[in-house]
Amino acid sequence: MNAIPEWPDRLYATLKRAGVGQVGYVPDAGHSRLIERVRADAEIHDIALTTEEEGVALAAGAWLGGNRAALLMQSSGLGNCVNMFSLARSCRFPLLMFITMRGEWEEFNPWQVPMGGIVEPVLKLCEAEVYRAAKPDEVVSLAERAAQRAFGDEAIAAVLLSQQLIGKKVWTK
Amino acid sequence: MSLERRAAMATLVADRGDLLIVPGLGSTAWDLAAAGDDPRNFYLWGAMGGAAMVGLGLALAQASRRVAVITGDGEMLMGLGSLATIGTKRPGNLAIIVFDNGVYGETGMQPSHTQHGVDLVGVAKACGFADCADVREEAGLAALAAKLKTFTAPLFARVAIAADEPPRVLPERDGVALKNRFRAALGLKS
Repeated sequence: MNAIPEWPDRLYATLKRAGVGQVGYVPDAGHSRLIERVRADAEIHDIALTTEEEGVALAAGAWLGGNRAALLMQSSGLGNCVNMFSLARSCRFPLLMFITMRGEWEEFNPWQVPMGGIVEPVLKLCEAEVYRAAKPDEVVSLAERAAQRAFGDEAIAAVLLSQQLIGKKVWTK
Repeated sequence: MSLERRAAMATLVADRGDLLIVPGLGSTAWDLAAAGDDPRNFYLWGAMGGAAMVGLGLALAQASRRVAVITGDGEMLMGLGSLATIGTKRPGNLAIIVFDNGVYGETGMQPSHTQHGVDLVGVAKACGFADCADVREEAGLAALAAKLKTFTAPLFARVAIAADEPPRVLPERDGVALKNRFRAALGLKS
């Protein structure tokens, strides 16, 4: 039994400090605590998406209107975004993403491997700056850097939250 | 009964006031450019399926202004899930208007799902849009144009347009320039 991790609370505080006003997400176990914090915050619009690419367009609209947005997803969701990234790339919209990784450390479900295994090269092909957090104490500093890159430089930045950080999915209860 | 697309767009935006407009890629962007360029138009040249969600992000960020997404049936069909997402937030300042001609005009007039009976107004209703209209004639279009200045709940309208292909009127296509001039028009740093 793992203790409840506190890095999601620190990540939430980082998003607040960065002035994030909209958070789009497709529900995900690794992001559950952060989603809870965002939903409880009346100053942040939380937007549950039907597919991750909606969040890429949402973030563009937010920036057009003067808001900063963040997008939370699982590694499998990245594949849904690839064409929509052309919006951020063509117009240089800030796009700040936090991606929980599946298909790597102690993955039980082999169907998570094909997308999980190509997350980093796909992001790089899409001109994103990529950071990887494997330990809880790395999350905040990488998130701060990614937010600076996204909003300061109007660029795509992604923080990968590795499966070691999230913990393995429990398949039997 | 269906409307001519250029005239329909001109009617909708003739007296736009403070309205912010996001046209979907292709014909609706050309229609809006033909109606008159404005820095408060954010023309999409790609991102098919994303117009409604750009509108949602903008509407949430600019709660005191009204936002209209004006897109085609094919573009809307690619982002159908976004109607469900908008239905969860229900911003009172967002209108989604679909110019429906039942075909993919940019690619050779292949039939779209709406030609086979898929009912976009029905989808919008089911997703929680408070006000849904099926516009087929001039009177309905005039009513929609008036409503764009006063609506206070999520608005969805399908506008039946003829499947024609008027000459293209191409707006600026530099995305960074379009973004910067839009933000500048709102008084934001660009």
